[in-house]
Amino acid sequence: MIDLQHVTKIYGQGDVRVTALEDVSLHVERGEMVAIMGPSGSGKSTLMNLIGCLDRPTTGKYVLAGRDVSTLNDNQLARVRNREIGFVFQTFNLLPRLNALQNVELPLVYRREPRAARVRKAMAALEMVGLGERMHHHPNQLSGGQQQRVAIARALVGEPSILLADEPTGNLDSRAGEEIMAIFQELNQQGITLVLVTHDERVARHCRRIIRVLDGRLVGDEPVTAPLRAVPVHSDQEAAQA
Amino acid sequence: MSIQEGIRMAWLSLAGNKLRTFLTMLGVIIGVAAVIALVSIGQGATNEVTSQVQSLGANLIVITPSMSAGVRFTVDDAATIAARVPELAQVMPVITAPVTAQYGITSYDTTVQGVTESFPVIRDFPVAFGRFFSAADVQDAANVAVLGQTVSSQLFKGLNPVGRTITINGQPFQVIGLLTTKGGSLGQNQDDLIAIPVTTAERLVRTRYVAAIYAIPKSADLSAVAVGHLENIFQHQYQNDQAVAVLAQDQLLSTVNSVTTTLTLMLAAIAGISLLVGGIGIMNIMLVSVTERTREIGVRKALGARRRDVLQQFLVESVFLAGVGGVIGILLGVGGALLISGLAGWATRVSVGSVLLAFVFSAAVGVGFGLWPAMRAANLNPIEALRYE
Repeated sequence: MIDLQHVTKIYGQGDVRVTALEDVSLHVERGEMVAIMGPSGSGKSTLMNLIGCLDRPTTGKYVLAGRDVSTLNDNQLARVRNREIGFVFQTFNLLPRLNALQNVELPLVYRREPRAARVRKAMAALEMVGLGERMHHHPNQLSGGQQQRVAIARALVGEPSILLADEPTGNLDSRAGEEIMAIFQELNQQGITLVLVTHDERVARHCRRIIRVLDGRLVGDEPVTAPLRAVPVHSDQEAAQA
Repeated sequence: MSIQEGIRMAWLSLAGNKLRTFLTMLGVIIGVAAVIALVSIGQGATNEVTSQVQSLGANLIVITPSMSAGVRFTVDDAATIAARVPELAQVMPVITAPVTAQYGITSYDTTVQGVTESFPVIRDFPVAFGRFFSAADVQDAANVAVLGQTVSSQLFKGLNPVGRTITINGQPFQVIGLLTTKGGSLGQNQDDLIAIPVTTAERLVRTRYVAAIYAIPKSADLSAVAVGHLENIFQHQYQNDQAVAVLAQDQLLSTVNSVTTTLTLMLAAIAGISLLVGGIGIMNIMLVSVTERTREIGVRKALGARRRDVLQQFLVESVFLAGVGGVIGILLGVGGALLISGLAGWATRVSVGSVLLAFVFSAAVGVGFGLWPAMRAANLNPIEALRYE
């Protein structure tokens, strides 16, 4: 699914050249659940931007879902992001003026899907994360955990090849974080490929494989023998609070 | 993203900040309204002045001696001029004097004009009722009078004046005709006069001197030649080009027209500047909006928005601001023009051209001033935009 071959990323030119990633090769199969770990400044954000097709490698090759995306132009990359990547951000990044349903519709809007199909798919995605009752709420009417679930629905709605989550539990309390991890594990069970970027060892241990990045290099790649099971909490209590 | 979707997005964002949207539009509203109202007033004034000048009489040439240069004309001078300038068809001396007219116990202060039988033709001012006096009446210095509408209604209150006898400065005159309504011209009520034979006027107000000599050329093309001829004669006679003023109606018309056109253009330019300021207001707000929504742009790009999609989204917003502002401005401008014409009794003319121009200009302002902010938004790097706090 993800195939990085000797990827190097260099920022700046001349004296201010910074090598953010050096000769990274990484292979992620369909259906995997992988955590990418590393302290800040390690290059894990750069790695995530490359995997998410927000950026191009300086040298090396990136094959995503069977297609070489390392030399695409901006518009082609936008199209790949739209089709193949589902982003989940630490700060949720829902658009405040749109309600939950409209937020989830967004990837399909940029795919020029007809409105009826868009609404149907967005509703299904929201049902999937347990927010069928709150489709018309705006982000400020939702709790952090609920907002992150809307963001997950938005990432899922376009049926991407991979779900790419950047510190998805970083802004949540432990209970809401647990709930999000439960959803991720459930999605993974259904066969969705997940890549989580985190510096939280506990979050990483929910995955089945941990990749460690330090100083722009991969320094570890180990399977997790006994992944932690997140206890799926249903949102009733939370709904009552909100 | 489809256009329809873009409009929906723009609407959501503009409706989300109504006060700001309204204030931004206000600049364009005021600009467009000012363009339309001022141009309408300018064009209305042009039309008004033009029709007033035309109402003096087609091709009228007015020869006015300058008292300060010591030049005075008598009735005989009119005949001399007629004989010396063959381009003129008719020449008429005019004696003007303030008088008091009386009918029964009603008296009214007005102006008497001592003229000849040529008056209806020269001034393009026919009688509505009765008849004008004849050459014989002028010859005989008959005590006959033709009334303007205002004088008639003041003295007779709706009665038919023809055949009745009034007194002017105490002397009896028989009313033989009533002039048509001409209306105001350049601040004067042209219907407030009594026309009597110039010979009678000489006796009535005891003067030999005329206020002006009116003439018309044999044809419209001869007007300029006649004026040139006249100026030549007076220059030769008095060695002073200020001694006699020769003014042709068509010259006056073109002078007046060029003045009012300049005035209208100046008004339009001032209003256009305010529209420009409105456009800068839109650009300012759009730049603020792009900065505020940097993160949103990053999110949209991460979700698959292309440069074009982001460009379109922001461009639609600014065009919407300018377009809706333009429409409201047009309504206000037309309303303002009508209000001014109603309140001030000032003729305004709202032309389709000025409305169209204002709208196209405001739409262009939307695109023009929206383009730069929209391009800034479209060119944002998604990684940096997502990191923006």
